[in-house]
Amino acid sequence: MKALTTALLSAMLLIFSTLAQANLTIEITRGSDRATPIAVVPFAADGESLPEDVAQIVSDNLERSGFFEPLERGAMYDQPTSSEEVGYGQWRALDVRYLVVGRVAREGEGYRIRYELMDVSGSRRMLGETVTASSNELRGGAHYISDQIFEAITGIRGAFSTRIAYVTAQGAGDDMQFALYVADADGRNSQQVLNSREPILSPAWSPDGRKLAYVSFETERPAIYIQELSSGQRVRATAFEGVNGAPAWSPDGRKLAMSLSKDGQPEIYVMDVAERSFERITNSSSIDTEPAWAPDGRSLLFTSDRSGGPQIYRHDLGSGQVERLTFTGNYNARGRFAPDGQSLFLVHRSNNGYQIARQDLESSRLVVLSDSHWDESPSVAPNGTMVIFATRQGNSGVLGAVSADGRASYRLPSAQGDVREPAWSPFLN
Amino acid sequence: MQFKSHARSLALVLSLVLVAGCSSRGGTQDGSMDGTNGGAAGTGVSGTGQVSGTGTGTNGDRAGQQADGRIPEVRIIYFDFDRDNIRSEFESVLVAHARYLRSNGNARVVLQGHTDERGTREYNMALGERRANSVKRFLEVQGVSPSQLEVVSYGEERPAVRGHNDAAYDQNRRVVFAY
Repeated sequence: MKALTTALLSAMLLIFSTLAQANLTIEITRGSDRATPIAVVPFAADGESLPEDVAQIVSDNLERSGFFEPLERGAMYDQPTSSEEVGYGQWRALDVRYLVVGRVAREGEGYRIRYELMDVSGSRRMLGETVTASSNELRGGAHYISDQIFEAITGIRGAFSTRIAYVTAQGAGDDMQFALYVADADGRNSQQVLNSREPILSPAWSPDGRKLAYVSFETERPAIYIQELSSGQRVRATAFEGVNGAPAWSPDGRKLAMSLSKDGQPEIYVMDVAERSFERITNSSSIDTEPAWAPDGRSLLFTSDRSGGPQIYRHDLGSGQVERLTFTGNYNARGRFAPDGQSLFLVHRSNNGYQIARQDLESSRLVVLSDSHWDESPSVAPNGTMVIFATRQGNSGVLGAVSADGRASYRLPSAQGDVREPAWSPFLN
Repeated sequence: MQFKSHARSLALVLSLVLVAGCSSRGGTQDGSMDGTNGGAAGTGVSGTGQVSGTGTGTNGDRAGQQADGRIPEVRIIYFDFDRDNIRSEFESVLVAHARYLRSNGNARVVLQGHTDERGTREYNMALGERRANSVKRFLEVQGVSPSQLEVVSYGEERPAVRGHNDAAYDQNRRVVFAY
């Protein structure tokens, strides 16, 4: 089949470029009123000047999650570096519930980071570990430590060592430039995956975190590509006439759900990636797009205007039965399951514009989480605690994130152009 | 001659009926905030040239005389908010393109469908396609061979004008004839 040409492409413009950086910064816009006070004491560095402030990275991570409210360094009377040096009374006096201390030492070409977590009210050490990191992995070490602390206190697996993919766009009319990036979840270490003068959209991580599927118009027609991140190698998965859009990996990574209009209206199809075969899932005279897999792989969400305006439906892959899920308002689209499958995140239009909302599947209750007028493209962190989305700051598109309970939020501004289409990676470790 | 003119009038009326029929269900919701200002948003689209349309065959003849030999100059038509029907002032533009394509059987055109930025990206991709298909059906009823026509939707990805207001949106909801 001509449309399925498995063109292995590795042209110059497609190769990973670390020169083209588009790092994002973090601006906390709302802290949770239920955040737990914690103190992350600056880590001792044995007189050495370190390229990264590990304790600050840990503190920022914990704050961003909305679960914690770190104590300012200026308020710390004492800066212990190990549990033996901790006087619990003074931390209790500061209303701190948890305390993190540590030290970083050179070891060969890299570093050895020792950290300890203390429960202040119980006057006890909860966790202690020594981590080694190569010289360019200090940030990674800090993210790993953040994950361990987060899980020890909340019982929820940390997602600080994950990555995000996003698209940047500049210009208008005939003169536009698009690029696809991946970066650490905190917006740092960005790497360009693809750039093009034609649109790029809908990046989707494979469940193993090694590949991205996305839509690119580089041939002046939409096509779905699958690109391996480590090598930059990629294949064109579909290039049918009409819409080739909204790729979504099945939880086992073997299939790709997508929207194709090759047979008329956009319909949902499931492609077997290895066999390169297609199964048509929907069959309606309406628009069917934006598929998303349930965590158990047994059903698909999709957006359809079969009832007039766009609403979210669920297709059971076993029985073929279709159920409408959203009824609040006249515009609900791009649903994404929470990792536990109990709720979904979506774009909801109200009198106040477009916002990210969460709908509980059992009660069908819909709660608006974000507070701008132009929020779209929700993507859920693999631990389900945060949702990253596209929003606007002034006239620029920026990424925002909000906690699953709506209590905490932050933004990731960029110095250049519009940033949009975020996709949160799965767990990578 | 007389017959030809009648045939054209008939084709035009047929196009309108067919396209209207096709677009009556669902509409093209780029995302109205309240769903009430549907047809009324077509205010002040500039830069398209003033093409009067009386909805009769004579209008098609006039546009056609200019267009037989070369590609018609007006190559963008605009759409109302929430709609994919052809606005009456653009019917003569489509008729001129139909005539050009009929007289130049080797000519091919890509109908590029665009939406404004409101709403989700992939849903807008589908809406842009619906607009371009509306033009395609009109041209086919006018006797243009389907093999000369291709539809490509860009959704909201390639705005003609950058901006987050109605003036920009009016310019961005469009179908472009790309020969």
